[in-house]
Formats: sequence, C-alpha cells, structure tokens
Amino acid sequence: MRVDFVNGVFLFLVIGFSSGVLAQDSDLDLLRTELAELRSDYDARIADLEHRLALAEQNQQQASLLTQSSVPAVNIGSPSSNPGIGVIFTGSAWNYSANPDGYVVQGFPYGGEAGPITEGLALGETELIMNANVDDKFSAWLTMALAVEDGEAVVEIEEAWVEATALPAGFGAKFGRFFSSIGYLNSRHAHAWDFADQPLPYQAFLAGQLIDDGIQVRWLAPTDLFLELGGEAMRGGQYPASGAAHSGFGSYSLFANIGGDAGANSSWLAGMSYLDSTAIGRPSGDEDDPFLFTGDSRLVTAQAIWKWAPNGNWKEKNLILQAEYLQRREDGEYSGAGLSPTQYKVDQQGWYAQAVYQPVQRWRVGGRIDSLTSDNPGPAFDETLLAAPLNDPRRYSIMMDWANSEFSRLRLQFTRDEAGLIDDNQWGLQYIHSIGAHGAHTF
Amino acid sequence: MRYLYTMFLLLVPLAAQAQLRVFSCEPEWAALAEEIGGELVAAHSATTALQDPHYIQARPSLIAKVRRANLVVCSGAQLEIGWLPALLQKANNRNVRPGSRGFMEASSFVLRLDATQNVDRAEGDIHPLGNPHVQTNPHNVAVIAAAMAERMAELDAENASVYESRYADFATRWQAAIADWETRAAPLSGKRAITHHKSWVYLERWLGLVEVGNLEAIPGLPPTATHLSQLTREFSDGGADVIIRSPYQDEKPSKWLEERTGITAVVLPLSVGGTDGATDLFGLFDDIINRLLGAAQ
Repeated sequence: MRVDFVNGVFLFLVIGFSSGVLAQDSDLDLLRTELAELRSDYDARIADLEHRLALAEQNQQQASLLTQSSVPAVNIGSPSSNPGIGVIFTGSAWNYSANPDGYVVQGFPYGGEAGPITEGLALGETELIMNANVDDKFSAWLTMALAVEDGEAVVEIEEAWVEATALPAGFGAKFGRFFSSIGYLNSRHAHAWDFADQPLPYQAFLAGQLIDDGIQVRWLAPTDLFLELGGEAMRGGQYPASGAAHSGFGSYSLFANIGGDAGANSSWLAGMSYLDSTAIGRPSGDEDDPFLFTGDSRLVTAQAIWKWAPNGNWKEKNLILQAEYLQRREDGEYSGAGLSPTQYKVDQQGWYAQAVYQPVQRWRVGGRIDSLTSDNPGPAFDETLLAAPLNDPRRYSIMMDWANSEFSRLRLQFTRDEAGLIDDNQWGLQYIHSIGAHGAHTF
Repeated sequence: MRYLYTMFLLLVPLAAQAQLRVFSCEPEWAALAEEIGGELVAAHSATTALQDPHYIQARPSLIAKVRRANLVVCSGAQLEIGWLPALLQKANNRNVRPGSRGFMEASSFVLRLDATQNVDRAEGDIHPLGNPHVQTNPHNVAVIAAAMAERMAELDAENASVYESRYADFATRWQAAIADWETRAAPLSGKRAITHHKSWVYLERWLGLVEVGNLEAIPGLPPTATHLSQLTREFSDGGADVIIRSPYQDEKPSKWLEERTGITAVVLPLSVGGTDGATDLFGLFDDIINRLLGAAQ
C-alpha cells in the first residue's frame, strides 16, 4: 500500500517533469538516476519499517506461544489427517518371447502368488493404506490390496497389525497380519522394490513374500552398534507352510540383524534368519492339479546390504549393493498331480546379488543375477517337475528407472530368463505412484 | 563364557554414564544442547550441515542412537517425515516417542511461517505446517533454547540447577550477540535475494531481506532449465542483490545464474558445520552475516 503510494508520487513527478519541461537528454538521464536512487532509498526504508513491524509482531506472538503451552502439538511426521490414508498405484506392460502361461521352474513348483508378471498391459496391485497411532501405547496399520483376479475385483487384507509402542527395555511387539521380518526383501513393500519382480529364491521358497497371521517380538540392544534380535510365531497358513498345523501355531521364525556406518558415505546392514514351518497338504505347481506337500520346511537366510552416498546425501547420488543367500530343507511326503504319496527329502539353495546406482537425481540403473540349485529328490520323482533341474535355474536382469519425485517412478526392465523350461527374453515397463500419506521407508 | 564377560564389560560402562544422551535430527539442535548442557550432555546429530535433512536414510546406526537417547530434538513440521518415523518405530524407545517428555519438536515453540491449507503435491515438497527451517533466525533459537533448558532440567533433575545457570549464561551471551549481528547486518535490510530452496524465510524476516525468487521452480524438485532461463531474463538488469544456496545444494544452478546476470552467488551455512566459519551457533550467524555482507555489496 505504502509502496504504491510512493510509486504514485514518483509517477506524478515524472509526468509533471516530462510534460512541463523539455529537458535536455543529459538532464533527463540525471533526473532518472536521482529518481532511481530516491526510489531504492525509499524502498529500503519501507522494507526496513515493515520488517521491524513484522519482527515485533512475531516476537509478541512467540511470547504468547511460550506462555500458552509448554507441550505443543507434535507434528514430526504424523499425517495431516487421522488416520493417514494413502493409495499406491502400480501397473505394467510386459513382453515375453515365449508364452508365459505355462511358466515353470524345474525342481521348484511355485506356490501361492509366485510366478511371472502378467503378460501385456495390466493393472498391478492397488494398495490402500491406513495407519495411525491408536493411543499413547499402540499404533496400527492396514494395507488392503485391491486386485482383479480372473475378471473379478478382489479385496485382500494384505497387512493388518497393531504395534505396541510403549514396551520397556528396548522391546517392541507387533500382532495381527504382517510381513515376516526374515531375510531382507521379505518385509519390503512391493512399491519399494528395486526390480519389478522378486528374485528366484523368494519366488521359489516364499511364494514371493511371506505374510502370515501371528505375533512378532523384537529387541534392540542398547549399544552403538545396531543389534536387533527377534522372533515370530505364525499361524502357518501361508506358503511355505500350509494348513495351520500345530493347532494354528504352524510356523515360527528367528532373526538377527546388525548394522552401522562406515564413515560419512557408507552404511551397512547384515543379518541372518531362520524359518521353521509345517505344511499340511500344501499346493504348488499347476493350480488345477497341484502337488501336495505334507512335512517340515526349514529355511535359513543370510543377507548383507551396503549403501553408499557422497556425504550421506541420498538425493543426489547413491549406490546400493545387496545380496541374499537362502537355503531350504524340506522333509516330508509329496502327493497329487498323479504322484502316489512319496517320501521327499531335499536341500535346495538360492541366491541373488544386485547393484542399483543413481548417478544423477531422478535416474537409477541396476543389475541383478538370481539363481537356484537343488539336490535330486530321487528316482521316484524323475519325469516330474520335482526332479532336480539339469542346469541351475538362473536369470539376469537390468533395469533403469526415473522418479520425478519420491512419489512417482517409471521403470524399464529387461530380463534374460534361463530358469523356465525355455530360455526367454523378457522386458517391460512398470509404474509405481502414490498419493496421500506415505510411511517412511526403513533402511 | 569369556565372550559373555567381554560383552558385559562393554555394556556396563555405557550404562554407568550419567550423561544425558541427546539425539538431534539437525546439527543446530545438537550444538544448542551442548551450549546448555556442557559436559552433562552427549549430543549426536543424525545429519550434518552438508546433508539435506529432507532426505537421508533411516540407517541402522541412527536407530541404535535413538534406542539409547534420553532426549530427541528435531526441527519437525514434517521436515524429517521421510525418515524420522521409521527411526522412532524401529528404535523401541518409549521415552522418546512423540508426545513424551523425551521428544521435542523445535519448530513448534516458535511461530512457523508459510503454513498452508493447500497440500497439493503438484506444488512440490510443501510443508502444510509451515516452513521448518526455523534455526536461521537467532530469536527463534533463543526461544527454543529456553524450552530445551527446561526439558533437560526435567529429564535430569539431579543437575537441574546446572542446566538453569548454563542456560542463563547462554541467553545473556546470545542476546548480546544478536544485538551485535543486527547492528552489523543493518545494511542488508531491503536487499533482494534469490534462494535455491525456501530454506531462508526466517533469516529474511529477521534481516529484512526480500526474497524475489527461487531456483527451484517447484519446492524439492531440482531447478529446471526453463525456469533458470526465465530467471535469467527476469533478473538480467539487476532486480536482485544475491543468490543464496545451502552447502548441500547443487552449485551449478546458482553459478549458472550468477554468470548470466552478474548477481553474486553465495553459499550460506544452514546449520553448524556448514562452512568453515560456522563452528558453533555463534559462528553460524557470524558467518552468515559476513558472507551476506561480502556478497551483497
């Protein structure tokens, strides 16, 4: 307002001068300079006055803020609505040189939702997430997966857990349905994966990811080195378990993680875990005529992750190196798919190693090798999908992705698949977008 | 057995330390905790002044630090939304959960500027609760220091008098320093600044600088070529006195604009340790003012 007024006065003066006096060019220049000086002087003084006024107001308001409350509202990361609601959109366009319909990996009949990405244009899982503190001692999280299966819309409760946040002595507990904390990739949401699909050992041994109903207890050591120990008891309703054995206490797991920093640029995490599960009539392989497994399934994992970013400035440039080794021993009996009940005792291994590099903001490139090996279960399984493969199933993948912000990502991936019955080149495009509240990502 | 014994020896001295362990999200609050607590405090900052506090990883080392902390101090206003909730969730430390006395959201003690009802992400990284970079006005620091001293005295009641007297001493020195800074910075009033990110609104308010533009077209997203050329056209005949960026921000955009417009680009420490001169909180503001006076001649 005041600025306008002053400008108006100047304008008036300028018009007055220019119309009333036919001044020389040099006089005009002089006038202009003087005018400009005057104006900037006034501008500065006005800015100074406004600033002093603002400061006075601010100090006054601050003083009142201080006296009003000694415990102000806390807004560190809590969503602006309660509960925080978010939606994650994914979808892909995937191309195979061989028909993926009958895709199988010799020696490793897949269970659950494991398998290749849908061919062609397809909507992935749409996830609806809600989370909030329940009160001062509990928080809760819900993930609903909305998917289209065989032309019908399906709503699945993917995660629904309550966490006790006020336990003493470094303990934490979670109950409900949750991603098991075994391995490294198992507890990571699909939208946080660095490749569009899970590596072979996760597909073969965990049907992608192990989610089950149960309880988890974690303890964190009071040391500068990150040391976390935990265990889970689960219903045993999900692959590799099945049938909720032991009266619905079918599986349990143990896990240990250590981690720390190596200088200002690097940090690391390493861990081991053990999953003991019991299967009763666990289906795998062909959906209409599945193999059925009854027996014990034990899985051991070892994993290491190294992350690097200059000065720890993640946004500009970073590198992630990640590898996991999984070993499974199954001891029991196979039937179904034309098999008469036959003893089955086999050790199988799988691993993957990957590197993802972000050279400049927004762009990342990555490569991954994933592989499986299996003992031979014996002549009774010759000519079946359970016989050991002649060559170790293996895949080689490269990917490039672009993230406009942390909420949107477009990814191009190419995979050379030497795991299926026919060697295959696969490539695809994937998108991952999210709106609304978005949980902070763990390391 | 010997291993167990060694482990025990390693753990016991840690437990026996009487120090108040402060975990801060940004270095300025660790520095402030040390000013007030002195020897009584062991402060650790999750980020350095060379890191962008919006984007760091919820690293295992930080989880371990939060696990043992007595007091967590963070700027808040969703600045750390991408990592602090994950740290707190994984750290299993009920004494520092938001809402408890061991958690302090620094920006909630001062008047936050630029709070908005509009949370459309098309406008970039906006903080609906207001701009979180409150430490760039020393008057804010004074208010937060008072709150922090009160909190420390409460958490470590045995040493309450020490915190009180150390705080009183700090407050006196701080007010004197503010008076000095304001005298020296008087010529800066009314100077026009282009900033890389909206990190400096509190400094501008304090010194009377006028923000006339940002290098980021959309907050949080890297400056685009289109936006930079637009700025070049807009400011080719002056119209701004200084281009400001923080140490962790890419220097290329501000250098680019400096070359084309002749407006001096300057790096200002956003926190303690951001520049060689910003050795502590006093050095931080000394250096900011020196650099601004040097640049905005």
